[in-house]
Amino acid sequence: MLEVNLARRVQAVRPDARATAGPVKISVLPPVGRLSFRAKQKALQGSNEVAGFTVDGPINSRRENMGLESLRLGPDEWMFLCEEGETEAVVENVARSFDNVAHSLVDVSHRDVTFEVSGKDCEAVINSGVPIDLSISAFPVGSATRTMLGKSEIVLARIDETTWRVTCWRSFGTYVQGYLADAALDFA
Amino acid sequence: MSQPFRRSSGGHIDRSQPISVSFNGKTLNGYRGDTIAAMLLASGSHLAGRSFKYHRPRGILSHGSDEPNALLSVDWRPEKGQGRRDPNNRASVVEARSGLEIKTQNHWPSLERDIGAVNDLLSPVFVAGFYYKTFMWPRNAWEKVYEPFIRRAAGLGDAPEVADPDRYANRHAHADILIVGAGPAGLSAALAASEDSSKRVILADEGFKLGGSLLNDATSEIDGKPAAEWVEEMVAQLDARENVVVLPRTTVFGYYNHNHIAMVERVADHRDSAPENLARERLWQVRAGKVIIAAGSHERPLVFANNDRPGILLAESARAFINRYAVLPGKRMVVATCGASAYRTALDAKAAGMDVTIVDIRLGEDCGPELAEARSAGINVMTSHTVVKALGKARVSGLVVAPLDKNGQVGERRTLECDTVAMSGGWTPSVHLFSQSRGKLAYNADLDAFLPGQSAQDEVSAGACHGVYDLSEIIADGYKAGGSDKTASASATFTGFQPVRVLPTDEDPKKVKAFIDFQNDVTAKDIKLAVREGFESIEHVKRYTTTGMATDQGKTSNMNALGLVAGILDRPLPSVGTTTFRPPYTPVTFGALVGPSRADRFEPVRTTAIDAWAVANGAEFEPVGNWRRAHYFPKSGEDMHAAVSRECKAVRTSVGIFDASTLGKIEVVGPDAAEFMNRMYTNAWTKLKVGGCRYGLMLGENGFVMDDGVVARLAEDRFHVTTTTGGAPRVFQHMEDYLQTEWPDLDVFITSITEQWAAIAVQGPNAKKVVEPFVTDIDMSEGAFPHMAVREGFICGVPTRLFRVSFTGEKGFEVNVPAEYAESVWKALYEEGKKYDITPYGTETMHVLRCEVGFIIVGQETDGTATPDDVGLSGLVSKKKSDFVGMRSLSRPDMLLSNRKQLVGILAKDPNEVLEEGAQVVEDPSVPVPMPMIGHVTSSYYSSNCGRSIAMAMIKGGRDRIGQTVWVTTPKGFTEATISTSVFHTVQGEKVDA
Repeated sequence: MLEVNLARRVQAVRPDARATAGPVKISVLPPVGRLSFRAKQKALQGSNEVAGFTVDGPINSRRENMGLESLRLGPDEWMFLCEEGETEAVVENVARSFDNVAHSLVDVSHRDVTFEVSGKDCEAVINSGVPIDLSISAFPVGSATRTMLGKSEIVLARIDETTWRVTCWRSFGTYVQGYLADAALDFA
Repeated sequence: MSQPFRRSSGGHIDRSQPISVSFNGKTLNGYRGDTIAAMLLASGSHLAGRSFKYHRPRGILSHGSDEPNALLSVDWRPEKGQGRRDPNNRASVVEARSGLEIKTQNHWPSLERDIGAVNDLLSPVFVAGFYYKTFMWPRNAWEKVYEPFIRRAAGLGDAPEVADPDRYANRHAHADILIVGAGPAGLSAALAASEDSSKRVILADEGFKLGGSLLNDATSEIDGKPAAEWVEEMVAQLDARENVVVLPRTTVFGYYNHNHIAMVERVADHRDSAPENLARERLWQVRAGKVIIAAGSHERPLVFANNDRPGILLAESARAFINRYAVLPGKRMVVATCGASAYRTALDAKAAGMDVTIVDIRLGEDCGPELAEARSAGINVMTSHTVVKALGKARVSGLVVAPLDKNGQVGERRTLECDTVAMSGGWTPSVHLFSQSRGKLAYNADLDAFLPGQSAQDEVSAGACHGVYDLSEIIADGYKAGGSDKTASASATFTGFQPVRVLPTDEDPKKVKAFIDFQNDVTAKDIKLAVREGFESIEHVKRYTTTGMATDQGKTSNMNALGLVAGILDRPLPSVGTTTFRPPYTPVTFGALVGPSRADRFEPVRTTAIDAWAVANGAEFEPVGNWRRAHYFPKSGEDMHAAVSRECKAVRTSVGIFDASTLGKIEVVGPDAAEFMNRMYTNAWTKLKVGGCRYGLMLGENGFVMDDGVVARLAEDRFHVTTTTGGAPRVFQHMEDYLQTEWPDLDVFITSITEQWAAIAVQGPNAKKVVEPFVTDIDMSEGAFPHMAVREGFICGVPTRLFRVSFTGEKGFEVNVPAEYAESVWKALYEEGKKYDITPYGTETMHVLRCEVGFIIVGQETDGTATPDDVGLSGLVSKKKSDFVGMRSLSRPDMLLSNRKQLVGILAKDPNEVLEEGAQVVEDPSVPVPMPMIGHVTSSYYSSNCGRSIAMAMIKGGRDRIGQTVWVTTPKGFTEATISTSVFHTVQGEKVDA
């Protein structure tokens, strides 16, 4: 990357003041590095991590390791999350550790936007648009899944009992933020 | 109005909270805990509406959601302005609170004097099926005369006229056990089911107070406690359990597959002051492991002449008003019945101070202990008596009764003066939800009722909704449904009835109106007429007479109609059938169903990273799928035509800039990437060099063009594929489908990068001059970076995938940058471009420019039935590959016919005439209709660069018709045109083979 970066980064979603006003807060998280990692089991050869990212969690799980997050979204699909500035280094690390092994690593850092939803009733707020069972027993801390919120596809992850992350493609961000902010009015 | 009929004590009302509502402009008084029906009765009036067809005065029939008559228009918050009124609220369930503005419906000029009542006199015209008989001729009068007249004369409330300002919420929930109804069965089921605290239990009841029928019960005891006290204790226990969600004011209205239950919670209407943003209603969608239906039962009316007069109500409802609301429905009551339960009403009414007489059609020896108890309470009971008719008009004034002899002959009449009639025709279990769950009903002759039979889902019915009527048995049944063998000992219930369809009469049955369906004004004689005319199945009778088809779905009428039809046909009742119950159980507001999906949230409106700039620079937008795209950029005073003409000129003479970010993009990665591309697209990919681009054509299995786009090879094992904007999700799924199901052996993965990369198209002779100054790490020289190439480097210091491609025919670039940098890069290019009068352009100009040089748009020229050859792209179909999706279909005989529609240009004779897209093309407009059509116009524009209109068309055997004169339809007739090639403009010095 050149030393002089002329282009300013503009976030996909303008934060909605309503969304952070109530007891259930919906806030846009700052940029992170996002890498879609794909590999079949035969390629992984039983290894439990790839360049520091945990890959042996069950499908629909979220694992954290030394600041590196991995969301397992399918049998051969993970979303790797790292600090924004680390993205290039992570790409190189994965490429090095997976040299000559069939896999796919695609930078989608700018594709997605993530909201943090937190507060006592956030489970009900998310359930306004997500049809799956979000109770702590059915969707414990450490769970992550691709699902629908209203009419938008999202990736949902539970960080702790009352903190969630909702990730969607950038062009759906305004819709998702508005949908959640509307639902949060029930608990204002 | 004061409350002359309010009892001095008792009832489940809060006398410390007096309230008043406006009712047709007058004031009605009552207490918290009242319904509007209770307040109306407390004032001494029963008149609550006019009937649907005959405009007969109607009163309160019921105390529950089965009320067919008393439909009200309610403005819930008149103080907040318009838009909060909705029609057809049932007076018997509207929870009263101060400030409601209530109007009765379906009358003019007033409820008391209604001109429409003339329909009652004209009723011989309005017999069953009268639409079909009366309004057949003249045919064109139906739309202009008959239908408007019928709609005005017959109908329910007026639809709201302004947008609903309220918010409606949606909630998905999961439960191990959902219980419908909080009467004695539901409460005990909920208590038993929630005993195990790991089980999540939801208890929903449509009423605002839990307890169901026990709220009407002033005499029963359960385990030695008064019924009301038992209810309170049960509710308190449930409230104390963390695993139980109790939802009053929540109607379960739909039972769908996999125990998916839809219910609506009334959140705000009952509150004295609702917070500004509180949702008015909430739609719950519950996925339940098991459903316990404890929905109770509906009482049937008796069918006799003028049984619809105000003051005549269901017996259990009379009991509800007396006990729950502490309101006397009148002073002198006749209880007309064919069963035992109404005796309880009579006893309670007597105890409350009313003058009571019982008329029972049953023989004395067929009656149970209720007879002796009534007589010992001093009530005059007339057994073996029928009701001939009711007297009075706006209020019942008497009941004409007569004894029946052993042969059923009607004896000497006698008039019982009264102001209230409490009638009971027996009980119908509420099997609506069970039926919605697709469970099969079974007829039980002893109970004269359809009961839940074979289940289709994991549910169980408890209590009266499956024919259990004795209180002790109901409670035990509830406990059992909840998984417990607990029992309770309760006071014995008067049960049992002798079904009677239409009461015997000595009147001419052809001349009397004895109502079966109150809401749709269907009488016994309408049903008889339908059967006489040959309608035998209840489904046919229902549609012909409209019985059971109103918003109450025949809750009070179905069994009487069914029994009557079976009786006339002299067949067993089940052979006539029973109607299928469909959601919703009771009417649901559109607001609740729509929920959050309105205005901005109707659909996600997808915008690109350049959208804010486009807005600031005056773009007009158009929707493309869910995307909002800049359509054109008018300068002040310009219309669309002028703006597009200017934009088109600018691109060909200097440079234009266009937001192409919505194009679908897929990154195909893996050792087998090239092989995968070979199989998905018609072209050959193996030889495409790294850094090269190729126009790719994708077919469906049927061999028809499905999508297209430029594909770049970034590495041996990595492709950047672009798709059409609208086709992006479809193409991605198509690829994923093949990967997962057909070729799991291929080591290749696809990832959507549509939104990772924003794409800025810079097009025109000066394009390179605009882009070059910002680019680093890429050799921009002609030799090193030719047309149809891709390079990775930096622009404005951020990573780019720079494409040298053109959809305009001009020299051009597509600058792909990570989306959050796009606005800055766009602005930098735009500033630099000002040296060359850079012109931002929108989708319309993009369409015109590509048409000028003969590029197709998939979905515009193609309609899902075009082969590559049809659109002149057979050169893109590899002849060497052994297979690709759609290959085999291309050799089917019909795909090779010479008279298939082929892509050509079509030029109107008048160069200023722009043909209509979609217009049909014919050879000779003078031949008689239907004349043979040879094709249609697919794209048509005015081209400022060509100085005339241009168009593309799909014409049968078109390529052999070039130069031929044809005729194209216009809104007024035909216009002359000539078939041409589909390239209208040639760009000097640049290859236009995309």
